[in-house]
Amino acid sequence: MYNAGKIIIGIVIFLALITAPFWYNFGKASTPPKLEIGTQEKQCVESKAFMQSSHMVLLDQWRDEVLRVGKRIYVNSAGKQYNMSLQNTCTKCHSSKTKFCDRCHTYLNVAPNCWDCHIAPKEQEKQAGRSDK
Amino acid sequence: MDETRRNFLKIAGLSVLGFGAKPVVDAVAGTGEPKFEKDPQALNGKRWAMVVNQKKCLNAKEGCKDCVLACNSAHNIPDFPNPKDEIKWIWQVKYENAFPGQENPYIDEYVKKSLKGLPFMVLCNHCDNPPCVRVCPVQATFRRPDGIVVMDYHRCIGCRFCMAACPYGARNLNWRDPRPFIKKENPEFPTRSRGVVEKCNFCSERLAVGKMPACVEACKDKALVFGDLEDPNSEVRELLRTQPSIQRKPQLGTRPQVYYIL
Repeated sequence: MYNAGKIIIGIVIFLALITAPFWYNFGKASTPPKLEIGTQEKQCVESKAFMQSSHMVLLDQWRDEVLRVGKRIYVNSAGKQYNMSLQNTCTKCHSSKTKFCDRCHTYLNVAPNCWDCHIAPKEQEKQAGRSDK
Repeated sequence: MDETRRNFLKIAGLSVLGFGAKPVVDAVAGTGEPKFEKDPQALNGKRWAMVVNQKKCLNAKEGCKDCVLACNSAHNIPDFPNPKDEIKWIWQVKYENAFPGQENPYIDEYVKKSLKGLPFMVLCNHCDNPPCVRVCPVQATFRRPDGIVVMDYHRCIGCRFCMAACPYGARNLNWRDPRPFIKKENPEFPTRSRGVVEKCNFCSERLAVGKMPACVEACKDKALVFGDLEDPNSEVRELLRTQPSIQRKPQLGTRPQVYYIL
């Protein structure tokens, strides 16, 4: 092999560079974001574990039932009734999109396009208000 | 030996049957699975339709746009400054544009003049044979069993086939993001996004909670009448029975379900 030394050094540098992100974060557990629900309500439409893993499935189901089948009331596994609406039901409790939806979606690098059409709840920017005074 | 094997097989068979039956029993008994239901207050119709009593509309106060304004604010319809971008669900057109091909060449000059330029309220006709539904490649537009032609904006890809197919011009594309052009948002109804076609939905979101369409409710002259054509006692049936009415471009075979009383 010609120029073996240079090639081997080159390969080592290449491997070091390409694995750098792994070494940089080695041993550090990434902290998931803290979500602010912003409500006194204790119970969501379904259990917390189900909502965490499958809220997107539930929302798709709601969308199809409301638009295509024309049924607008959801009876959850405990028998409680809810109006199937992202804008009129979910956001009544989850009143902050930036501190609830966005925090987790940004952390996981997903960009659902719900809010292109659905109107996000109005958020009061208390800190901005204070700094004005 | 034989006896025990026989017993063993009996028990095994029974227990398999028992395990197999459990899901069936569960399904029949209903174990708190989530369910979807209709609002008990919802208005149920077999064939929704609208009658525009144009006599009353023409006698209304000058420049009345109550129905248009009510629809615009209920459905977050943007007001684009460029007329090419215009979005409209219910709007006003002149008689000769709304009803081309109605008149014969021998019509009296006086009748012709008196009809010309008269303002008519037009909207999606919720056809019985809707061409927009037939051409939609993604089934974003579909006809509900109660006759309302609705859109699922989640599915629309903005191909505009439906706009080409609709002979009434009832469909508009959002060429631009409509959000900045909505004067006052109705927080209970979504907006649309750029690249999506939209049209009148006969206020299906209001019917679902037992309310009449926004335009019908807003019309103080009671010129817009909404009801079920399959119900022989409904107000729309009464009007269609007692008064002569016309439809827009019935010769195209779309079977439009908005009727006009002249």
